[in-house]
Amino acid sequence: MAESKPRVKVPKTAKAGEVITIKSLISHEMESGQRKDKDGKPIPRQIINKFTCEFNGKPVFSCDLDPAVSANPYIEFSAKVTEAGKFKFTWVDDNGSVYESENEITVN
Amino acid sequence: MKMNRRQAFGFGAAAAAFAVTGFRVAPAVASTEDTDKAIMEFTGGKAPAAGKITLTAPEIAENGNTVPVSVSVESAMTGDEMVDSVIIYADGNPSPGVATFHFTEMSGAASATTRIRLSKTQNVVAVAKMKDGSFFMDKKQVKVTIGGCGG
Amino acid sequence: MKKTIMTTSVAAIALTILGASVLQADPINETLEIDGKEMITRAKAPDGHPFDEVLSGWLFREPTTRALEVDPFENPGMLAVEEGATIWNTVEGTAGKSCASCHGDAAESMKAAAAKFPKWDAASKRPVNIEMQINSCREKNMGAAPYEFDKGGQVPLTTYIRHQAIGTPMSVDLSQGEMQKWFDMGKEVYYTRTGQLNLSCANCHEALMGKMIRADHLSQGQINGFPTYRLKSGLTSLHNRFRGCISDTRGTPPKAFSDELMALEVYVTWRGTGLSIETPSVRQ
Repeated sequence: MAESKPRVKVPKTAKAGEVITIKSLISHEMESGQRKDKDGKPIPRQIINKFTCEFNGKPVFSCDLDPAVSANPYIEFSAKVTEAGKFKFTWVDDNGSVYESENEITVN
Repeated sequence: MKMNRRQAFGFGAAAAAFAVTGFRVAPAVASTEDTDKAIMEFTGGKAPAAGKITLTAPEIAENGNTVPVSVSVESAMTGDEMVDSVIIYADGNPSPGVATFHFTEMSGAASATTRIRLSKTQNVVAVAKMKDGSFFMDKKQVKVTIGGCGG
Repeated sequence: MKKTIMTTSVAAIALTILGASVLQADPINETLEIDGKEMITRAKAPDGHPFDEVLSGWLFREPTTRALEVDPFENPGMLAVEEGATIWNTVEGTAGKSCASCHGDAAESMKAAAAKFPKWDAASKRPVNIEMQINSCREKNMGAAPYEFDKGGQVPLTTYIRHQAIGTPMSVDLSQGEMQKWFDMGKEVYYTRTGQLNLSCANCHEALMGKMIRADHLSQGQINGFPTYRLKSGLTSLHNRFRGCISDTRGTPPKAFSDELMALEVYVTWRGTGLSIETPSVRQ
C-alpha cells in the first residue's frame, strides 16, 4: 500500500470566537482483521486507531477508531477559534506509524 | 412483460445465485445484547436518556462499506454544560464498537461526522457522555442493501 | 412433459421475483456541481442511439453517494488524483524523464486530452485508451517498463490525467483510421449474452435501465466517471469494471485491453457522447 497521506481542510481565516468546520481524510486500507486472504488465512488487523487535533498545543478534539470505520477514514468536526495560530493533526497507525499535518489560521 | 424461456431461466438462475452469494458468513456477529452490555460499560450501568443527541444516518445505504454517520449534541460547550464524549456502536457488526469522539471546550460544538462499515441491516447507536455524569442516546436503523450483481 | 413443467415453474419463479423486485425508479432531476463547475449529466443522444437522452450514473445513486462526489475534499477518489500528480512529476526509466518532462503542467496539456480517448493509433493499428497511451510513453519515451493492468501507478495516473478534463463532454472520433470497424465490433460485444446467467450489457443497461434489480438501481452503464471510486471496492478502473460485469454473468471475461474490451470501450464511449467527464466519480 502507498504511504498514508493525510488531507485536511481548514478555513484560512476566521472571526474571533467563530466555530469552524474541519474536514480530514487520510489514505488507509483500515484492514479490519475480519478478512481472509486467498489461502484462507486471516489478514491481520491494521487500522488508524486514533486521530487528534490540537490548536496552539491545546487539545481540541480526538477520536478513537475501531475497525468498523471505513477505508480512507474521514472525520469532520468543529473547532472554536479565539486567536490566530496553528492546528496540528495526528493519525496513529496500529503499526506504530504516526502521520501528521499542520494548518495555520488567521483571525480577523 | 415479454420474456422468452431463455430469458426467464436467466433471471431465475440469477436470482437464485444472488440468494446464495448474498449471504456472507460473518464470524461472531455482535448481538444487540453485546451492544447493550457495551453501552452499560460506557455509562457505568446508567440507562441513557432520550434527547439532546441526534444521530444522522441514511435510511438506506447503497453499500455497507461506506456509510456516512453524523452526531450532534445540544450543548453550550462551556462549564458544566459540556459534552465529554460520544460513542458510536453498530449492533449487527462482528463487534459493536465503531468510534468514540472526545470533545473539549475548544471544540465549540459537539458534532462530528465519519464513514462507517455495516455488515448488514442493523441499528447504529450513539451515546453522549456529559461532564455532569448524565448520558443521552439516539438510535437509527440503517438498511444495508445488496446490489443486483454480486453486491 | 416433465421438461415443460420444469420450464413453467422456473419461469413462474422468475416472474414472481421480477414482479416483486423489478420496480421503476426515476433518475433524479438535480444538477451536479463539482467545485462550482456544472457537469453535464443529461445530454441529447447522438443519432442512432437507443435512448433519446444519455444520463450520467450519478443521477441513479442514493443522496449520500451523490453527496460524496459533489465536494472534491470528501471524494475519496481525489486521493488517487493526488497520487497521480506525484507520479506525473516523478522521473522513471533510462531516459531520465517524467511525464512532466515532455507534457509540462498537466492542467494545461491534459485539459482536453482525456475527452478524446479512446483514439485511433496508426502505429499499432488499434484504438488506444489512456492506460495504453501511458504505457506507450513509458516504453518509447521514458525507457520505463509498462504498467501491468491495474498495477503500479496505472490507475492513479489515469485518474489524474482524466481528472484534468473534468466537465469536458465525452466524444469519440469514429472517422479516424478503422474506428468505425471497432465501433461495430464493440456494438456486437455489447449485445452479446455471456455467462451462465446469459446476460448482455444491454439486458441490464438498456432494457432494464432505470429499474431495480434487488436494491440496485440500474443506470445506463455510462463510463464518463472512470476510474471511479466505488463504495464497494475503492478506486476501480474501466476494464476492471467491464471484467467484473462479465464475471457477474458467470462468464469468463476477456483480458483487459483485449480487442473485445477495447472495442467495447470505443462503443460505450459513444453511448455516453456529450456527458461530462466526472473522473473520479463516486458510485455504489
